[in-house]
Amino acid sequence: MKSKKRKGYSLFSVTVLALFSFTALAPIALVLLNSTKKSADIVRNPLALPNTIRVANYIDAWNSAKMANGFKNSIILTGLTVVIVVIASTLAGYALSDRQTKTANGIKLYFMIAMTVPIQLFLFPLYSILSQLNLISNYFAIAFVLTAINMPLAVFLMRTYFLNIPKSIEEAGRIDGASTVSMFTRLMLPIVSPGMITVATIVWLYTWNEFLLTSTFMQGQDNFTVTLSYRALNNTSPDYGLLMAGAIIIIVPIIMFFIIIQRYFIEGLVSGSVKG
Amino acid sequence: MKNRKIWFALPALIISVSVVLIPAIMTIVTSFTDFNGLDLNLYFIGLQNFREIFTDKVFIKALGNNIRWSIIYMSVPVSISLLVAYLLCKLERGRNVFQVIFLIPYVLAAVTNAIIWMNAIYSPVSGLLSVFRSAGVNIPSPLSSVSGALYGVAIVDIWHYWGFLMVVFLAAFRQTPYDQVEAALVEGCGGVSLFRYVYFPNILPTFKLMFAMVAIFSFQSFDYIKLMTDGGPARATEMLSTYSYRFAFNMFQFGKAASVAMVMCLFGLFASVIYVSMSSSEEYT
Repeated sequence: MKSKKRKGYSLFSVTVLALFSFTALAPIALVLLNSTKKSADIVRNPLALPNTIRVANYIDAWNSAKMANGFKNSIILTGLTVVIVVIASTLAGYALSDRQTKTANGIKLYFMIAMTVPIQLFLFPLYSILSQLNLISNYFAIAFVLTAINMPLAVFLMRTYFLNIPKSIEEAGRIDGASTVSMFTRLMLPIVSPGMITVATIVWLYTWNEFLLTSTFMQGQDNFTVTLSYRALNNTSPDYGLLMAGAIIIIVPIIMFFIIIQRYFIEGLVSGSVKG
Repeated sequence: MKNRKIWFALPALIISVSVVLIPAIMTIVTSFTDFNGLDLNLYFIGLQNFREIFTDKVFIKALGNNIRWSIIYMSVPVSISLLVAYLLCKLERGRNVFQVIFLIPYVLAAVTNAIIWMNAIYSPVSGLLSVFRSAGVNIPSPLSSVSGALYGVAIVDIWHYWGFLMVVFLAAFRQTPYDQVEAALVEGCGGVSLFRYVYFPNILPTFKLMFAMVAIFSFQSFDYIKLMTDGGPARATEMLSTYSYRFAFNMFQFGKAASVAMVMCLFGLFASVIYVSMSSSEEYT
């Protein structure tokens, strides 16, 4: 009786899980299937297997979307952002991990608010300022902006890693007469380095995929990130095969990166959100 | 000596204050002016921007769309992710593989996700919907219909987003103390009642937090709408986020853009206040 019930339950659960797995992957699989077809073949039947494998779709998509340039811009912009976020949030996480002081609580509250306000609350004056200063499409300026939107989450994540360090370690350091700076670099950094990797992976993916700020501030085809160049391709190219191949070129590196770093990424999502 | 530690927060604060706080204050100021983004001689017009947007039919329409969107968001992805997280939590093997599969749409860019769905699924020319054409049935893209566009975009946004909620809920479910589960099993608790009386109460703090987050962020949705319909057709998917963006960058009415952004903020604030009051009332019981 009991085992029968168990079996029924697991059949239901297997069906649901299979269904959602299918839904998650099917659109991507369909794009992959069509990425080597001629445009006319896709229009005839998008579900049919390709009768010829056209690698040319990939080459054409790469060239007409100027993806080499797009990847270069994405890597520079994302790389700069990740480096600044990791450094600043590690420092701030350490600062805020202390016993509750009024200043620390105030800063925490500030970051909490900064995390939840809509980008439109600061976007328009920011745009005016950056265009007055001639900084639109400037890597460093825009990375600085992207840094700021990632900062609150990164600070809270780093703070939880510092909170997990036993107080006795810090106290032992103090007894040995270590200064705040040397204690931070010699004692704390090695312990929180997995946290820094977590923050780096999360910020990398969020920044790579960011759309609102990047599309507003990185203007002109030469300054487009890889996702923006793909968007431009979609607006200009009538060839569906090309568009599908272009999507795969952008998707595959991200999926591979995600599979490699998934443990850190998932840990970051969770410790940023789970209470208790 | 001890006070010196707090200074480590300075770089992060400087970055955030210069990008977020100072421009945000400027937005609040400009919402009372007729600033056009260029002419720096600000002319204060009091509450005129707010009076105008609240009599603006498009604004009211956008506000309604925002509320519909948030209701969809606070129900559909939340229930799907709770269900799947619960099922995964009971799964003995393969949990991690499913987790990775469900997160793949979440880690892909909005640009590629939106374009994939438009071309490979919704398009009546090249997409899945075109398959029905050979059977003699013409199904138009939901994105081109006034009644379907909002749902068409919501499906894609939710497809991309729910995996994130699921991962968070799963982690919370797994923290449920095993002795509680065992005791309930001994009492004859199964499936649904085990969820209702043991697992769900255990994840309630996380659930409330995520629910508040979904409420706040769903009100700010921008990417998928901008990419897939840009507010159309006939404003059927216009949101406050896209409308304020349009005010600023298409009509150069930065003052109005600012006032719409402030209304968005008020809703976020509303959700935050409810959340904070919910969690603080809990602490006293």
